[in-house]
Amino acid sequence: MNPTNLRNFIASRTGKQLAWILIISSGLLIAFAPLPDFSRSAPQTHFIRIEANKFAYQPAQLHVNPGDIVTIELASTDVVHGLYLDSYDLAVQSDPGQTATLTFIADKTGSFRFRCNITCGALHPFMIGKFTVGVNQWLYRGWSLAILIVFGILASTHGWRRNNTFNIISIVQK
Amino acid sequence: MTLTSINNHPLVNKLLTNRWPQFILQALLLAAFLFTILSGWIGTPVGSHNFGIVFLWITWWALLILVAVPFFGRGWCSICPIPLPGEWLQRGNLLGKKSEAGRSQVSKAIDGIGSSEAPSPQETIHRRWPRVFRNIWLQNGSFLLLGLFSPIILTSPQVTAVVLALMLVLAFATSIFFERRSFCRYLCPVSGFIGLYSQVSPLELRIRNKQDCVTCLGKPCYNGSTTGYGCPWGVFPAGLQKNTNCGLCLECVRVCPKNNISINLRSFATDLERPLTRMDEAYKSFIMLGSAMTYAAVLLGPWGALKLHSYAVFTPGWMVYAVAFLGLNLAILPGLMFSLMKLNPKGASPRASFTAFSTILIPLGLMFWLAFSLSFLASNVSYIGISLSDPLGWGWNLIGTAGLGWRPIGGFFIQPLQVLSLVGGLGWSTQLAIKMAKVQNVSPLPAIIFCLLTTLIMLWLIT
Repeated sequence: MNPTNLRNFIASRTGKQLAWILIISSGLLIAFAPLPDFSRSAPQTHFIRIEANKFAYQPAQLHVNPGDIVTIELASTDVVHGLYLDSYDLAVQSDPGQTATLTFIADKTGSFRFRCNITCGALHPFMIGKFTVGVNQWLYRGWSLAILIVFGILASTHGWRRNNTFNIISIVQK
Repeated sequence: MTLTSINNHPLVNKLLTNRWPQFILQALLLAAFLFTILSGWIGTPVGSHNFGIVFLWITWWALLILVAVPFFGRGWCSICPIPLPGEWLQRGNLLGKKSEAGRSQVSKAIDGIGSSEAPSPQETIHRRWPRVFRNIWLQNGSFLLLGLFSPIILTSPQVTAVVLALMLVLAFATSIFFERRSFCRYLCPVSGFIGLYSQVSPLELRIRNKQDCVTCLGKPCYNGSTTGYGCPWGVFPAGLQKNTNCGLCLECVRVCPKNNISINLRSFATDLERPLTRMDEAYKSFIMLGSAMTYAAVLLGPWGALKLHSYAVFTPGWMVYAVAFLGLNLAILPGLMFSLMKLNPKGASPRASFTAFSTILIPLGLMFWLAFSLSFLASNVSYIGISLSDPLGWGWNLIGTAGLGWRPIGGFFIQPLQVLSLVGGLGWSTQLAIKMAKVQNVSPLPAIIFCLLTTLIMLWLIT
């Protein structure tokens, strides 16, 4: 099929319907298909000390691999702070100058917020950290879906092409 | 496309034209509003346990962004309690319309509206809002001001109370010196963005038959009549083409002698088929987009130093934050869009394209706010039960829920929902950009690139 025939086919009603089926199928695949785990290796054990002070965790961004055994030692250095891990539904709290530990297997993949669950002051609701197990699935799925939807809509809309007002080449050249 | 007129049904029409349901809702909300201010002053300083913070910034905000604005447009404005005291003073009455003979000299003197005959300048102290400010630049400014201080406003009950009290006083003072709801129309920081996003709503108030308005004597919908008041928003309903300035107060429905005002259900975002033409409205769409991104970074991000600097007002760190916040909203985002518009090989001027294409940021921005608010609500919703039972943090347990512990909701569902709303918003904006490009006879690509870039950043911030 030469490019002109292909363009005419895509512009036809059947072509548009097929294009949308393809786009929606790709979208569902991107949203729900399990992602390959390139980092798969024997589970490791992590001991992570997190200092909690003035509405911030240090370190505030953690990364482990799926299946790893994680021990978090929470050390509060000002007032009582807690650490609640979203989706894992696990919590630990530490008194000032004391430490408390939490051990679990990182068996849910993705990126999760951990946040203070003991009222600690004004910015308490926003004392947040980020715990990523494997890849940040929803980031990559979201990015892929965003690019797909833009290209899908552009590819399935042809009025501007007929009007010759959409000219990528001239924009790039400029 | 108009689907149906909801006030065609006699019962619905009666309910909408009767002043009591609206008055009762407004009175209850005014009481809640005053209690919010009071709880800020006398309640616990711990924000997450204070009724003021929980009622306003969690419950009201979530309802506004997730339900009221997308589905009812300016529905909130129709029951907002802030302009009430000033409006009561202007009218010299709480409900309905008093006869001229029954009104006090004071209310006659301060009332610039509500009479079928316009009062002379000597009879009223009301003035029209200054021509130079008849736009939403002041609302843009007041929203940016709130945004600059939002980390402290959102978390400190006392500061929230001061801000709310200031809004009440400012609305009241404005109604003394200026006609109608000048505060709502030109100053209120919330009204500005509700007006922008109300264009997405599937609800609209429009006239049924233009000829009826042309032949209507006295134009009671604008000037008032013996049965009701002229439009408090200063809008002539026959000229309504967008939801932006209609406060859905229903006064025109009550006074129209020909029953020519219809409240229609329509497709979402019908107003967006007409592009924005004013720079103040264009900037509002950038400010809303940039603010959502800033809030996602500051309030939901893992960067402790950023949170502390945004909170420690007037320190050097906060100054840097303030410059970055204002720079993002007023220079970087609009500048990026403007630069991209200059890439267009032919067609309208970059300035005209910039203004028109800022329309496509309305669905995108609304979805940014929806994604942000979902996360905010999910992690803080459990405070609602606690603060309802112990609104002042004084150890009460009025409804037995004060002892409920904090617990976020949503788990695995929040992130997919956020991604879905952001990607949906991008798709919506892309389609709108293509439609607009046809009308403008330019390429949609620069605007789509802008939307894609900002969505990719927002996805990174949210996930």
